Amino acid sequence: MDFFDTALPALGEAFTLIFTFKQIGWLMIGVLLGLCVGVFPGLGGIAGLSLVLPFIYGMDPISGLAMMVGLVAVIPTSDTFASVLMGIPGSSASQATVLDGFPLSKNGQAARALAAAFTSSLFGGLFGAVVLTFFIVIARPIVLAFGLPELLMLTILGLSMVGVLAGSSLLKGIVAACLGLMVGAIGEAPAQGSSRLDFGNWYLMDGFQLVIIGLGIFAIPEIIALLRQDKSISSSGELGAGWSQGVRDWWENRWLSLRCSTIGVIVGVIPGLGGSVVDWIAYGHTMQTAKDKSQFGKGDIRGVIGPESSNNAKEGGGLVPTLLFGIPGSGSMAVFIGGMILLGYDAGPQMITNDLHITYTVVWSLAIANVFGAGLCLFLSGGIAKLTTVRFPLLVPFLFMMIAFAAFQSKQTSWDLVALVGIAILGIFMRRFDWSRPAFLIGFVLSDQAEVYTYQVVQVANSKFSQGTDIGWSYVLSPIVITLMVITIVSVWLGARQAGSLHQQTNKTYHWNKTPAVVFAAFLGLFMLVALIDGTMVWTMTDKVFPITIATVGLITSILLLVKMRRQADTHSLFYDREIGEDEKSAPHGLWPMMGWFVSLLALNAAFGFVIAISLFFIIFLRVQAKISWIRILVLTACGVSFLVFMASMLNREFPSGLLQDMVELPWPLRGR
Amino acid sequence: MNKLRRVINKTIIGLAAGTLALGFSVTASAEVDLSGKTVEWIIPFSEGGGSDKWARFYGPLLSEALPGNPTVVVKNMPGAGSTKGANWFAANARPDGMTILGTSGSTQFPFLLGDPRVKFDYADWNIVLATATGGVAYLPADLGAKWNADPKSILDTRFIYGSQGATRLDLVPLLAWQMLGMKVDPVFGIKGRGDGRLMFERGEANIDYQTSSAFLSKVTPLVKEGKAVPMMTWGALDANGNIVRDPTFPEIPTFKEVYKMVKGVEPSGDAWDAWRAFFIAGFPAQKMVFLPKGASEEMISTYSNAFKSVTERPDFAEISKKRLGVYPQATGAEAATFKKMGTAVDEKAKQWVKDWLLSRYGVKLKK
Repeated sequence: MDFFDTALPALGEAFTLIFTFKQIGWLMIGVLLGLCVGVFPGLGGIAGLSLVLPFIYGMDPISGLAMMVGLVAVIPTSDTFASVLMGIPGSSASQATVLDGFPLSKNGQAARALAAAFTSSLFGGLFGAVVLTFFIVIARPIVLAFGLPELLMLTILGLSMVGVLAGSSLLKGIVAACLGLMVGAIGEAPAQGSSRLDFGNWYLMDGFQLVIIGLGIFAIPEIIALLRQDKSISSSGELGAGWSQGVRDWWENRWLSLRCSTIGVIVGVIPGLGGSVVDWIAYGHTMQTAKDKSQFGKGDIRGVIGPESSNNAKEGGGLVPTLLFGIPGSGSMAVFIGGMILLGYDAGPQMITNDLHITYTVVWSLAIANVFGAGLCLFLSGGIAKLTTVRFPLLVPFLFMMIAFAAFQSKQTSWDLVALVGIAILGIFMRRFDWSRPAFLIGFVLSDQAEVYTYQVVQVANSKFSQGTDIGWSYVLSPIVITLMVITIVSVWLGARQAGSLHQQTNKTYHWNKTPAVVFAAFLGLFMLVALIDGTMVWTMTDKVFPITIATVGLITSILLLVKMRRQADTHSLFYDREIGEDEKSAPHGLWPMMGWFVSLLALNAAFGFVIAISLFFIIFLRVQAKISWIRILVLTACGVSFLVFMASMLNREFPSGLLQDMVELPWPLRGR
Repeated sequence: MNKLRRVINKTIIGLAAGTLALGFSVTASAEVDLSGKTVEWIIPFSEGGGSDKWARFYGPLLSEALPGNPTVVVKNMPGAGSTKGANWFAANARPDGMTILGTSGSTQFPFLLGDPRVKFDYADWNIVLATATGGVAYLPADLGAKWNADPKSILDTRFIYGSQGATRLDLVPLLAWQMLGMKVDPVFGIKGRGDGRLMFERGEANIDYQTSSAFLSKVTPLVKEGKAVPMMTWGALDANGNIVRDPTFPEIPTFKEVYKMVKGVEPSGDAWDAWRAFFIAGFPAQKMVFLPKGASEEMISTYSNAFKSVTERPDFAEISKKRLGVYPQATGAEAATFKKMGTAVDEKAKQWVKDWLLSRYGVKLKK
């Protein structure tokens, strides 16, 4: 297609369509809705879009598109608040942001981290739109060049980031990644549907969802740790560097931001990979290209800029498979396609041939929404960052409320909360003994893809080889695959080279208590053994290869680790234990009493249903733990609960129910599911 | 919002009714009035899928057609391939007409094949709408040209097909192709038929099928570009239960016709009976709307009539063509016939399919 003859007029038409008072107005409504929804972790774009869909029907197409795009565009921006301020990964797009964003908040640099994140988002979003404008007209053959071997290789590249993120011990990193892969394999196998590691349990049959894993592994351990300190999130209680510093940080790292945005667009364009890896690849890239790596994971601003640049660029890139092929890259994109159909447009190749102006309208609405959204967030960040100076126990009921509600969206049963507690306990121990939680998460996120693509590549390759050896090899080893292989090898090599110098936790030597660390490692090894036995019992060959392979690797690595642990002296960092080494030793509150608070919310919920439970929890917690006056308790409780009820009614969400609801019929907010 | 509004409205209505009752003696009326209420339409699939689109198409129209114009909210409850949402509906939906369920072929198949997770029984539910659809198989250009010249010429080709799983709707194409004597290797594990089409476009799969609406919007452009050639449809059912050409694709032969062309005889025998049974469950009776067990006759007929008036709108053909295809939208007694056909497969056919799944794909359905 000739860009100047066809695309430019369409682009002009798109601009005249967008830049009217009415369209910008609808776009802003979408942006504001998206901001409100985005701060709620776990709900994300699906809930927001479902909220507006009934109104879309009958709207004029451009206004409807503007509103939907506005909503979708700001969600990866606004979920940054939860990631940076509270350590809660809002959606898959903001997991890597937590790694450095939250430590920055703890260092009193929340405003700076937020500003850097939003500036990066803004840049990534605009960059994505500019690239797409040219790229989308020629994208189709390029997208089709990414077949199953290429997707598998990209998945492996994602997994190779474990090497960089493994932390102080590569062995522990590999076990953590295998554990993630194994937990991701729980439930119905993707190929033939055999059940794996579910022990006949109804809940496990469907597997764990990312929300539960993200909240359990990252958010709850961090929140519990903060609660034990009984201080504010910012350990000094003050806000250090302001937001202008964050913008300057972005400028100093503008080339990093550009590189990560490019990664974002490329990964977004390829259907089948989803957004789940892009921020990890960006984070890995950021670490590999940084000269001084000592601060990563402890509050390096580059660890925020990299992932945030990539995830907004990815949204733009993700429009390619969505609009051109009707293949949604994420849940919210799936709803977006539904909304487009309501407006009379169906995704497909005709979006380039006949409806190019509509395509450009979507692309540039996305860019403008990014500007508005990131701008608004930037404007708000200074104020909202003050939350990190509030005494933490005052925030805890709100956080627990949001976490429990988000987790409940996973499968809408109270068992979601039980699963959350289970995963959280794993997360707490992984944090305590310095096991790489990012490695676990990467394994979990890529588990399904790793299995399915491997299996599918083998199947298709078999068929291709039967047609001829050269056909087979040219399928398996395409130029793209070879390029990705080289990148992967280089990345692993760099990772291995750095492993020694990285993550020297402390300069002080401790005499660790070996037993707890060894017991935890042995426990994980035991899990691998169970997984291996379970894997051998799977009936269908197709569904059994993956769990057996992973469990075997995990088991062997665990054994190597235990052997190494036996040989090392108790000063070795393998036995790292936060309860001994860091300030947690002197924390005023114990670990389990604080975890008990969360479990008590669970128990209250099981008895009274969520709304009553959370109200009681607010009152009891604020009185007993935070020790504030009754008036403040009542005000905070009323604010929290009414906010929750309002959001749930807006988004048409249900609450978990308890024994009380089984016995008595109650009106809505008290009624549950 | 709807919930809040409902609560508030309930209170207001209750107060008003109380006041009225003080002044007048109110005669009970059988007329159903749903004004101010919210109907939840449970869709046991995620947003953006075929069933979701179907419900969101009908939702606003249903709201207009029901007495009192209640708000109709589509509520997605995905999980366990739609079994979870259907189980929830069976266990929890009150028979007050405020909760309705939309199912699809993917809900029917586990029910028919005795999946242990199924905790619902179609016999309990009251049908108010049945929507048919069709499916079209297609080939890449080179194979398609040979197929059009002589179907027998490509039977020996090694076919690759991106499949969601042999126990899903893919059972129908897989069995059809096998009956023709084709060697089709399914590559399992794709997430939706859109992914299968992408594999086809990338040249990794060399055979594919799509349901009608997806074929219309996504494959027709490929056919026009000369990249795909339609092979056959699964057909449609006429009023007498005969398989005839699909009204949306009258120019494409049905599987039944193709079979006769290739084999020289009309299809018959156990395999054909099983195919036919699962085809009916999967396509002509694919999507259905139910009221829960115990719903009152008035409520059932209210919904039946509402859907009937939707499908009889003068502009229905026009607005539905693009989004649903040209297929029967059955209400009332006709819908009940569809439900019977779609959910009552005879034991022999079921057993045959179970044995076939085990021997051909190693899929063991648990007791």
